Order: sequence, then C-alpha cells, then structure tokens
Amino acid sequence: MESQKAETLAPETRDQVTEAVAWAVSQEAPLEVAGRGSKRALGRPVQAAHSLDLSRLTGITLYEPEELVLSARAGTPLAEIEAVLEEKRQMLAFEPADLGPLLGGAAGAATLGGVLACNLSGPRRIKAGAARDHFLGLQAVSGRGELFKSGGRVVKNVTGYDLCKLLCGSYGTLAVMTDVTVKVLPRPEKTWTVLVTGLDDATALAAMTRALGSPHEVSGAAHLPAAQAAKSAVTYVTGAGTAVTALRLEGPDPSVEYRCAALRKELADLGATEELHSHNSLAFWQELRDVRPFVGQEGLAVWRISVAPSAGPGVVAAIGEGEAFYDWGGGLIWLALPAVGDAGAGEVRAAVAAAGGGHATLVRAPEALRAAEAVFQPQDAAKAMLSEKVKDGFDPKRVLNPGRMYAGI
Amino acid sequence: MQMPEPDQGVIDAKADIVTALRAIVPGEGVIVDAEELKAYETDGLTAYRQLPLIVVLPETTQQVSEVLKVCQARGVKVVPRGAGTSLSGGALPLADGIILGLGKFNRVLEIDFDNRCAVVQPGVTNLAITKAVEDQGFYYAPDPSSQIACTIGGNVAENSGGVHCLKYGLTTNNLLGLEMVLMDGTILRLGGKHLDAEGYDLLGIMTGSEGLLGVVTEVTVRLLKKPETARALLLGFPTNEQAGDAVAAIIAAGIIPGGMEMMDKPAIHAAEDFVHAGYPRDVEALLIVELDGPQAEVDYLIGEVSRICEENGAVTSRISENEEERMTFWAGRKAAFPAVGRISPDYYCMDGTIPRAQLPVVLRRMREFSEHYGLRVANVFHAGDGNLHPLILYDANKPGELEKAEDFGADILKLCVEVGGVLTGEHGVGVEKRDLMGAMFNETDLKQQQRVKCAFDPEALLNPGKVFPQLHRCAELGRMHISGGKLPFPDLPRF
Ligand SMILES: Cc1cc2nc3c(=O)[nH]c(=O)nc-3n(C[C@H](O)[C@H](O)[C@H](O)COP(=O)(O)OP(=O)(O)OC[C@H]3O[C@@H](n4cnc5c(N)ncnc54)[C@H](O)[C@@H]3O)c2cc1C
Repeated sequence: MESQKAETLAPETRDQVTEAVAWAVSQEAPLEVAGRGSKRALGRPVQAAHSLDLSRLTGITLYEPEELVLSARAGTPLAEIEAVLEEKRQMLAFEPADLGPLLGGAAGAATLGGVLACNLSGPRRIKAGAARDHFLGLQAVSGRGELFKSGGRVVKNVTGYDLCKLLCGSYGTLAVMTDVTVKVLPRPEKTWTVLVTGLDDATALAAMTRALGSPHEVSGAAHLPAAQAAKSAVTYVTGAGTAVTALRLEGPDPSVEYRCAALRKELADLGATEELHSHNSLAFWQELRDVRPFVGQEGLAVWRISVAPSAGPGVVAAIGEGEAFYDWGGGLIWLALPAVGDAGAGEVRAAVAAAGGGHATLVRAPEALRAAEAVFQPQDAAKAMLSEKVKDGFDPKRVLNPGRMYAGI
Repeated sequence: MQMPEPDQGVIDAKADIVTALRAIVPGEGVIVDAEELKAYETDGLTAYRQLPLIVVLPETTQQVSEVLKVCQARGVKVVPRGAGTSLSGGALPLADGIILGLGKFNRVLEIDFDNRCAVVQPGVTNLAITKAVEDQGFYYAPDPSSQIACTIGGNVAENSGGVHCLKYGLTTNNLLGLEMVLMDGTILRLGGKHLDAEGYDLLGIMTGSEGLLGVVTEVTVRLLKKPETARALLLGFPTNEQAGDAVAAIIAAGIIPGGMEMMDKPAIHAAEDFVHAGYPRDVEALLIVELDGPQAEVDYLIGEVSRICEENGAVTSRISENEEERMTFWAGRKAAFPAVGRISPDYYCMDGTIPRAQLPVVLRRMREFSEHYGLRVANVFHAGDGNLHPLILYDANKPGELEKAEDFGADILKLCVEVGGVLTGEHGVGVEKRDLMGAMFNETDLKQQQRVKCAFDPEALLNPGKVFPQLHRCAELGRMHISGGKLPFPDLPRF
C-alpha cells in the first residue's frame, strides 16, 4: 500500500507527531525529520519517502528564571528562546552555534530541537559543557510510534537511564523530540578577551594550555592563524595583521578586570598582549562560534575535528594542507579543504588516529561527497554493533532519518 | 523486597562455576567462604542483606571480560561492586549471582595536566583522584560526602553529585572517557581525552546506569584548577520560607555559588551537638553559601549574597575570614548524617529533587507525614539545585518501625514527583526506589528505557532486580504493534 506521493507532514501537536510516525511505520516509509531545516546539509543525505516538518511545533511552555529552567516545543526557533532569555539576562550557556550560514543558508533559522539533536556547542563548551550537559528532560516519539518521556525539569536527577544524553547528538535517528527542557544560566555581567598576537600554532597551544591550567576561569580559548584572523570583522583582530590567540574571561566587573590583568602578565613572555572589551568580545566569539572564517568560501569542504587539546597543532600539521583554526584550547579544529575527491578524508582520519583518538565530522560538503564519504567518524566494530542495537530499540523499522549518521542506522 | 527468582540450576552448579572462575582469576580472587562472603552481603542501604553465591575480584580488563563471558554462557547473574557505599541498594547481591568486585582496580594510570585529565581505574576512590593531582593545584570536582570511600566506578554508575555540583556539575559533566566490558565480554572504549561523542552518546547513557549496562574498567575524568580562593557564609533564618526565598534571590541575581546548602532545625541541632561548629540554635533554617573563584570576585559576591540574605530576613550572618573558619562552617553539614545517627538508633536517608520554589510546600507536607507516622525527620538540602535529603529517624528494633520509615520515605518521594520533581537526585534507584518508578514513568517510558538495556545486555544478567520494577524479556519488548495506515491529520495543510 505504498503511497506514491512524497508527503510533507507538518504536525502542530505532540499527538499529531505520534500519528505521523505511526503512519510512516505502517507504510514502512521513512521520514526525513527536520525542524526548520537549517542543518539539512549536515550529515549523510537521507533517503526518505516523506518529510516530517516540526517547524509548527512551537512555543515556550515554561520559563522560570529563578529555577534556571526553560521548556519549549522542539520546533521553537532558537532566536525566540534567546530573546526571551536575554530579557532576564540569562542564556543557554553551551553557546549553540548557528551553522545556517556556514551550510549555505540563512542565519537565525535554527530550532531548539535541532540544536539538541545535533549536540551543537560553542566556545564555552570547555567550561560550561556541551548541549547534552544542559538537556534536562524530553518527550519524544520513537520510531515505534510511541510517545515517551525521560528526565525532568530539575538538574539533579538520576531516576532511570538518561535518555536525553542518548537523543542529544543522535541527529533525529532515534526518536522525534516534541518537548524539551533545558537548564539556563545567568549571563555574565562582563565579557573581556585577552589577545596574544603573532604566535605560531605550537606557541599558541602553550598559551592556551597555560591559561586553561590557571585559576582564571577562562571560558573560551581559541587560536586564529594569520590568514583566519584577517577575516574577522573585529578590527582589533584584523588589525593585528598576524595570528591571534584569544582567551575569554567572563563574570562580575571587578573579577574580569582583575583576571584580565593577571592573565596578560602571565602570558607576556609568549607574545604581545591586547584586550578586547565587551562589545568586541561578544562579536569575536560569535564569529568563532558560527565558523565565520569559512562562511561563503565555496569550493571548500569544512571538517570539524575533536582531539585531545595538546594534539591539535600536530593533527593540523600532519594533514599538511588546508586552512585551519582552533577552539576549545586546541582540541577543536575547524579545517577547510578543497571539496574534491574525498575532501581529504584519508589524511584527516589518519591524523586523528595517529593523535590517539578523537573524531572528525565532514560538516560541509556537496551532497554527492557526503553520500560517498563517511560524514561522521567511522566506528570500530564493537561500537558500531552497539549503536545498531540501540537504534533497533528505538527505531526498528528504520523510519527516522535512516542513514543520516551511519549506513544502516 | 521482591528480587528475581533465584535460578536453582545456577546454585547447584556452584562448584563448576567456581572452577571456571578460578581458571580466570587465580588464588584468592575467587571467594566462596561464607565468612568472607559476609563482607559483601549489603551496601550503604543496610536494611537489605543477601549473601552472594560467589565473589570475584579480577585485576585486569581481560579477566573481567572472561569472567563475564563465562557468566553469560552459564546464565549466571552479575552484580558489579565498587566500595559498596550505595544508598539505594545498587550493589545488593543476589543469591544466585556473583559479586564482581572492582577493588583491585585501584591505580591512577595517567595524569595529563596539559589536557587537564586523569586516567584512573574504577576502584580508585573519588578523593584519591584529587589527592593525586592537588600538588599541581588541580582537583576532580564532583565531591560526594562519601568521597573517602566511594570509588570512581561507583560514581560513574550512580552519576554521583556533591555539594559543589551546582556550579561544577555531576559526574556525567566531568567525564571524558570510559573503558567498559559488556556482559558478552566485549571490551569497548568510549570517548578519550577529546570532547563529545562521535556517534550516539554511549558514555552519557552509561553514566548513571547503575551497573545494568556494562562493567566500567577505566575512567578518564576532567580535572579543574583549584579556585584561587573560597569563602563561606553561614546564615540563619527564622523560617524555611525565608531561607528558600533567599536562595531564589541569590540565583535571580545571577550568582551561582560553588555550594549552597540548607539545614532545618532538627538537622542544625543534631549537627551542632555533634561537632560544635557554632551553628545558631534558635533559627528554623540555616544556609551555608560558599563562593569560590578569584579573590576579587569572591570578595565582591560575598557582599552581594550577604545583602540579599539580609533583605530576605536572615537573623544571623557570619562570613568565614580564613580557611579554618570555612572548614568549621562546613563541618556540621558534612557530619550531618552521622550526627543524626547519634540521636536515633537508625535513620533512613532520602534523596528526592524538587523545583526549589516548592520547598515550603514540601517541608510543610513532610511535617504532616512526620506526625502521621510518628517518626521524626531532619532535613539537609542541596538548596541550590533542589535536592532534598530528608533523614527519617527510626528504630529497627521496634517491630514495624522500618516499614513505617519506608512508607514515610515513599510518601516523600511521591510528593517530590507530584510537585514537579523526581524520585532520586544522586543516590540512584537501585532496589530502594525500584517499585516507585511508576510514580514518575508510565509503562511506555519504562519499556523504552529497557530497550536500551536490551541493546547492552539482552539476557538481563547484569544487576537484575535493580532500577526496573518489572523486567520484560527483550523479545517481547522488540515486538511492534502496527496500526494506522491512513494519512494522518488530513485537515492540516501540507506542502
Ligand atoms: C555517608 C554517605 C554519604 C554519601 N554521600 C553522597 C553524596 O553526597 N552524593 C552522592 O551522589 N552519593 C552519596 N552517597 C552514595 C554513594 O557513596 C555513591 O552512590 C557512590 O557513587 C557509590 O560508589 P561505590 O564505589 O561505593 O559503589 P557501590 O556502592 O559499590 O555500587 C554502586 C552501584 O554502582 C555499580 N558499580 C560499582 N562499580 C561499578 C563498575 N566499575 N562498573 C559498573 N557498575 C559499577 C554497582 O553495581 C551499584 O549498582 C553517600 C553514601 C554514604 C554511605
């Protein structure tokens, strides 16, 4: 009874999501699951008969600033949530990236559900944790067409398995989230950034390691080699005319000023230091978060590589080509390589393996390339088998985003 | 407490199983002597006791793998065990099961200051990690009160917290990697020194899985630099409501203290009688607020918190002027459990979490329960994150009192769920709260969790009888009832 026509189902309620998935199961017709589609080009292309569009499943359902908690329907625009938080001087501390522009789309099109489904975190990941660390509770419809819940609205909770963790970063392949609850945190009063200029990658790593090993509570540690620093819209960064290493300090006024002075002193032997105050700091870290240096740059594929921080520069050197910059104290590498052949997959994967482990994701590449190459880090046999069994438990008929992460999953 | 029906076949085959295990773990690593087994008959939930069939103490991951393979082949149940401090009966033995003790996995394998992490074996105690790195000014943040004794493996299994987790997170937020062994003997490595998972977050689901998914054989934890300074305030309030309001106001002001603990009058008195920390006796509620970080920040925030608490009716307020004084402020709180142990033959520690604003309601109802059951209750409370630890005082030698204490506890936990909270904040479900899971989850929710269990341990041999009120067979859980066939919600617009 296969229905011939490709349908786009746009449910407005939780029950309608359940109905839609149950229908897909009965038809054995896979669904492509999407919020507003801002990250559709991230992952392996999904072969799905129909689409499940969650952009109508919107609305903040609970926000209690004093309890540091917010719940919303999964399709709620991230921008709406951030605006509401801003009014109370709060934020999503994991600093979700807006990858829309990097992926060739519009800015500000992300949904909260999409951010969680991709576990996207920004520069503050090293201090505040990832999206998964702020994800407290959910309701979701499994690929069995059943609505279930996990977690709750409180931070301290060990009641049952933490399915939020499993769904966070599962790219919609396990269940369709309908309602999510996240922890929110106060916005820092002040944000300053210490810049160290003119460092090569290895010295920059030393600077970041020293800063992160200090008690100064550094909440961002990035390094832009000269070519990437030159692309910044922050004139202090561009104006340096050389490589820029950036260390972010956030908190109450007196604390930030004190730490900024202390950190500059502690790094002075490595290179010239400068500081960015609030406005420029915010602009700079947002550029970095959204991978601005590689936005536009058609013809370049973009890799996101996570390794032990001390291994960062070595990995870039081992790959030996392309443009790169570092976040997470050296542990996160954004690397752009020509989008031809395997987009450097061979070299990238070999360098990650030689660095003692980690993972590389082909975040941006033409569809054909993403269909032919592994987009996510290939897993060893044991982990691949376990992941497949986990998928079986949630989506035995493979109706949710089949193949988005790995073939068969 | 109903535990899974013991498998007589396994019990009868004990001698055979012992031989097979001795071939893997030689000498004293396999314990069968009844006297020696007794050391393992209970954990921190001492009301429940059961001698295990056999105890095995392997020393290598390979041995763990082979032990599990043998057990899987023979259908023998396995209960992993760290230090046995679980307060929910997570490590309670089974009559037909082996205890797999990780005590011999007690080495710190690597300390990597550049990557701010340490690789340790699961039997290393929580405190030993900090001890191993503190000379360089680093520490491991989650600090359960049991940290001298409890193991990092147990912390992973329970996703343990501590007084500092409001600011620094629970175990799950401070892990980078694991090595683990599945029930079929497969050895897996999850994560490493890098951040985030490459596929499904298996590290995330393992954390807090209470020994039901796999045996942890190595842990990579994140290390933090010790804050430059820490100072504490000790604040007394005439009512619980005012203390609760002060906590809310501190957070609303954008301040996340390193620790924020509350005690009610019975807990204050018990602690003061025990350690003489200088707590005021004439207040209804005591707050300990600790601020840590750069000196300049701490001095500034101490002033803010002090002002906010005064505005909310604090009648006593002291600020620690030195490290010794700060430790004294904490001494009473840290000794709260044993202090309560002194005023009652037995006590039962509960662990629900509530949305903070519900505190006055919950405390009021708890007093009503207390009268109803005729049992006293003292409260210590991780005030910042709403995690309650009511301590119910009872006497196990009085017939019926244990049952009454348990019923009282169950009422408290159901109340926590009713007001929007959860059954357990950090101690785990174990056997203790197993049969209350239905208060929070419906059958579909629980079945979905069990399907995760099926992916890891399809024969349900790892720590059965814990967490789930009813274990369904994986074949049954895998079945699907397919209905529908009509295109859904035909009235909605399509594209
Ligand atoms: C006085 C006291 C104070 C406490 N304070 C706190 C507190 O402040 N915060 C808090 O969170 N908890 C607290 N606890 C509870 C307890 O200490 C923690 O749950 C702790 O993590 C248990 O560690 P353990 O090594 O004793 O584990 P065990 O009790 O031996 O085991 C606990 C669970 O973990 C499993 N397990 C153990 N090791 C492994 C392994 N290697 N692989 C897989 N599974 C394993 C067991 O099967 C069991 O289910 C306290 C307990 C006591 C007695």
